[in-house]
Amino acid sequence: MTKIFDFGLTWQLLNYPFVLTALLAAAVLGLVAGMLGPLIVMRRMSFAVHGTSELAFTGAAAALLVGVGIEFGALAGAVIAALLLGLLGGRESDRDSVIGAILSFGLGLGVLLLWFYPGRTVNKFGILVGQIVSIETTNIIVLLVAAVVVLLVLAVIYRPLLFASVDPHVAAARGVPARTLSVVFAVLVGVATALGVQIVGALLVVALMVTPAAAATRLTASPWRATLLTVVFAEVSALGGIVLSLAPGAPVSAFVTAISFLIYLVCRVVAYRRDRAARVTSPDAPRVASVAH
Amino acid sequence: MTPAVEISQASLAFGARMLWSGLDLEVAPGEFVAILGPNGSGKTSLLKVLLGLRQPSSGSVRIGSGRPPGYVPQQRAMQEALTLRGVDLVGLGLDGHRWGTGLRGLRERRRRVAEVVEAVGAQAYAKSAVGKLSGGEQQRLRVAQALVGEPDVLLCDEPLLSLDLAHQRDVSALIDKRRRDAGTAVLFVTHEINPVLPYVDRVLYLVDGRFRIGEPDEVMTTKTLSELYRTKIEVLRVGGQIHIAGAQSALCEDEPHHVAS
Repeated sequence: MTKIFDFGLTWQLLNYPFVLTALLAAAVLGLVAGMLGPLIVMRRMSFAVHGTSELAFTGAAAALLVGVGIEFGALAGAVIAALLLGLLGGRESDRDSVIGAILSFGLGLGVLLLWFYPGRTVNKFGILVGQIVSIETTNIIVLLVAAVVVLLVLAVIYRPLLFASVDPHVAAARGVPARTLSVVFAVLVGVATALGVQIVGALLVVALMVTPAAAATRLTASPWRATLLTVVFAEVSALGGIVLSLAPGAPVSAFVTAISFLIYLVCRVVAYRRDRAARVTSPDAPRVASVAH
Repeated sequence: MTPAVEISQASLAFGARMLWSGLDLEVAPGEFVAILGPNGSGKTSLLKVLLGLRQPSSGSVRIGSGRPPGYVPQQRAMQEALTLRGVDLVGLGLDGHRWGTGLRGLRERRRRVAEVVEAVGAQAYAKSAVGKLSGGEQQRLRVAQALVGEPDVLLCDEPLLSLDLAHQRDVSALIDKRRRDAGTAVLFVTHEINPVLPYVDRVLYLVDGRFRIGEPDEVMTTKTLSELYRTKIEVLRVGGQIHIAGAQSALCEDEPHHVAS
């Protein structure tokens, strides 16, 4: 692990085309995850994202077994998950358990499919934790197209989706089609999750989809600033994770999650200290309730 | 002068149950109409029809100018950590329902939001997270959210519920001031008329499918309400306030109480 600090080796590895491709993929993923992240956190969908990524894993495992590109399997798995969760997990009180049930079934099925696969272990491991060598040119084109589509659709539905997410009652009164937007958003999250499976693996896509947004929303209550910060944090985590993993040759996702969690901790500390200072300096300010997050 | 709200021979049924029928009401611009009645009498459903979320079973219900009405809901607890500032909440009232990102026309939007925030006196906390504000502060922002689009009609669904007395007075006075300044008609659903009694021009009282429309002095009387409730009701005027005794028997619990349930 001391190889992390072998900058010479890292620089050398950065010149390999497959590494540059992986960095491009990570940059794209960071942007998409960053744009979706705040909405995921606002809608309290973190567990749903995890459930979606588990089913993306199942899809990828099935694709591996059948001999099809795993990105297509992951995409199919994630979109099916998203639709299932979007349609079944209607009431928030049920949602938790519905996701738990679907997630565990999907994971078990994926484990079985992997067991059937006679090929190399590194491919199996790669689905779970990411494997940058597997991102080839054809995959990067699919990734870019999918990312562009996701961002375009998000741009169209952004305002009413935000409205329905933060102010559901009044949004409904203004005629915002909350149910439809829910399903569309769930599919977008599914596609983004599937994109992430290749780079950081199914287990840890949450690190890019949720953690950066969780960190950003601690710092600001402005949806726009939160989105900008989330993109920055997601990019730093994704790109930084790849760069750090190069020299030791360790799984990318371990570093991605470590960086994004570190950012999260820093943000929490900053927010805590800022709130404490606000309470001390202006006791007459609008009731800033005790922040013991 | 075109009325701000025109309800003509309207009726609304919930399945087999008739909520109200033969409703005729014209609300003039700038008029303040309080809508009263026990739970389940169809007050909120009337608002739903005015918002366009439901169609009347017969007759017509329309906003005179055709512009969407402003809507002030009941105060609801918001997550403290919600990523939304006061100005964002108000801004959503302007164009949150429209497609797109809203990045174009940002400066204009910001200007209009700042204007209405100042008009309701919420400048001090408009940039704070809404989840951290008190109920009274939130409701002020709700009024701003409802008014930012400069509607001709303001629909209020029990906006004073769960507010303390001082805030009830503030929010009521605020709504009254705005309707006088801008000539906005106000339809104010409430179960308690006293906080807005000084401002009310007319009352629409709904009970069990029956209704009375008129000035408070005409409708809020022992005789009228007893007829309406079909049971002995006592209406007492104490120190400028109206107190109603004996209305419990007319309660009806099985109807959804709020707009988007």
